Parts: sequence; structure tokens; C-alpha cells
Amino acid sequence: MKFGILVNEGPYNHQASDSAYRFAKAAIDKGHQIFRVFFYYDGVLNATKHSDPPSDDRNVVKNWQKLAEDHKVDLVVCVAAGMRRGIVEDSLAPGFRISGLGQLIEAGIQADRMVTFGD
Amino acid sequence: MSTLHTVNKSPFERANLQSCLGHAQKGDSVLLLEDAVVAAMAATAMAPKLADAAQSVKIFVLGPDLKARGLDPAGVADGIGVVDYDGFVDLAAENSTVHAWL
Amino acid sequence: MGDKMEEEYEGGVVKKFMFVNRKAPYGTVYALEVLEMVLISAAFDQDVHVAFLDDGVYQIKKGQDTKDLGHKNFSPTYRALEGYDIEKLFVERESLEERGLSEADLLVDVEVVSRADMAKLMGEMDVVMTA
Repeated sequence: MKFGILVNEGPYNHQASDSAYRFAKAAIDKGHQIFRVFFYYDGVLNATKHSDPPSDDRNVVKNWQKLAEDHKVDLVVCVAAGMRRGIVEDSLAPGFRISGLGQLIEAGIQADRMVTFGD
Repeated sequence: MSTLHTVNKSPFERANLQSCLGHAQKGDSVLLLEDAVVAAMAATAMAPKLADAAQSVKIFVLGPDLKARGLDPAGVADGIGVVDYDGFVDLAAENSTVHAWL
Repeated sequence: MGDKMEEEYEGGVVKKFMFVNRKAPYGTVYALEVLEMVLISAAFDQDVHVAFLDDGVYQIKKGQDTKDLGHKNFSPTYRALEGYDIEKLFVERESLEERGLSEADLLVDVEVVSRADMAKLMGEMDVVMTA
């Protein structure tokens, strides 16, 4: 299966990003493919390079980065939602890229399943 | 052709679960995750409603979210299956669409 | 109501998309940013359905006056959907009734469907986007 994943909320405020990450990881471990992870609404905040959480808890941004690094997962941040929230090219942690909402629609078309995590 | 419905908010906080159950079709699956897992416990006021729903849909609850909240998977209501993230992935693959009730 | 169909025509896959709206506007951003997503989807020639249920029915209520809030009133944009060939708009009857609203309160032409029919329609979709 090719999965598309939509993350609607930022790191830490909601469990959405964590749930999405755990789902993605489990899917990959089972031999599935993640077509794309799209970050929309406050989800764009998962891409910030400035996140510096305490070291005794999980690092949400780094979790996504590692997934991208280890498995070439396409992590896409919505440009318009990013602009509203101050997440722009300069703000991105490595592993994320900025693009348009069309990438989300494309994921819906190309993936076998679209799974959404939000509030 | 069936749908996996996901609900992540407690029914004591939001109407999402209620709305989900009002729209799920016979043969669909419903997965309770994040804060919604509280609804799966046999001792809650939700138990009769879920038992009723389980007549037509398959209900699952995400084990890791139960444990995180100090809820014993053994205390889950009859007829509700406890799954882990692997099981979540399987459910998503086995159903033709995934519908998150946000 | 039949099986889902994935047709390939002119080299493109066509899927049944549904954008589900369950939240009132302005209290959260979702109504606005889902609408932006719906508009973008128009460029992809998919079979797009937009559903309004529960508090989502307020998104298309007439007479929104946001002056004192300072928010942009984006509700006129729902009327523009037709121009993008997005015409399959559905509102749930029970959701309207629970809120003391009727079709006459809505600012755009929609098909009012029962909860049961909304459920059936949802079951026919390939991709469901919610927020």
C-alpha cells in the first residue's frame, strides 16, 4: 500500500503529529510505502528548525527528519499555511520542503489510502 | 467497500464519536485513538452506546494510547478489539477509505 | 448506490473526494483553509464533493458580518465554487434542524440530504479530507 498522510496540528500542542509519525513508522516497518506526508494548518509548525525541546522527551521535529533521512519520506509543508504562521524556506529543518496544496491533492490521487491526523 | 473511521477525542469532551457512530455504515470499522480511548473502557457511561454500535460496526482501540493514560487493556468493553500501531496500519489497508472524525 | 469507480481517462485517475466540514467558521481556521483546499482541488479534475454537517452548516449561513471581529468574511467564496465546477455541495438536514436552521438560511445552493443519505454518500468516497 502507498499511504498519504495529512498532519493538521503542530508539535506538542496536540498528539496528532506523534500519532501520524507512529503510524508512518509502523507502515514502513510492515513494508508499506509512504507516498507523502503533508503538513497543513498548524501542522506546518512541525517543520521548524528552531524547535528545541527538553532532552528527556521525544523530539517531534527530529522524529520526522529521521524518517525522511532513513526512508526518503517526502515531507511537504504547505506554502500558504506556512506564510500565515511564519514558516518559510529559511525556517525549515532539513528534510522538509515547502510546496503548494496541490501536493496534498496529488497525494490523495496517487496514494492508495489517505490518513489524517488532527484535532 | 468499507471505511475505517478514526476518532481521537473523548466523547466526554467532543461530539465526534457520536457523529461518527451516526454515520458509520454496517461493516465499517471504528478506531479509537488518543484521548478517545477512554470511551473503550467497560466501566464508563459510554459502554452501552458502544455495545450497541458494535452490533453493526467493528470497534477497535489503540493499546499504546490506553496504557499511556493508565487504562488497563483488560478493562476494555467486550467486543472492542485492542490493537497497536501495526494493527492500525492493517485496518487502514483492509478498508478502502480512512475517515478521521476531527 | 454502486461501487466506487476509479476511471482512467486522458491519462488521469479520477477519484471521489469528499471535503467534510463539521466546525463553525471563525472559532478555528479550518473552514477557511479547507475552502482553500477545495479551490485547489478544482485544478485536478477529480469528482469533488463538499459536505457540511454538525456545526459545519454555519460555514454557509447567510448574513455573516465580521466587521467587529476584524476577520475577513470569506463566506462569499462558497458562491464562487460553482464557477470552478465544484457543484456537489451537501448539507445534512438533521444538522440544520438541530440548530434551528433551514435551507433558506444558506447562502449557496446545496443539496439537503438526510443523515442516512449523507452516511451512504460518505461511504462511496475514495478520499475523505477532514479538519
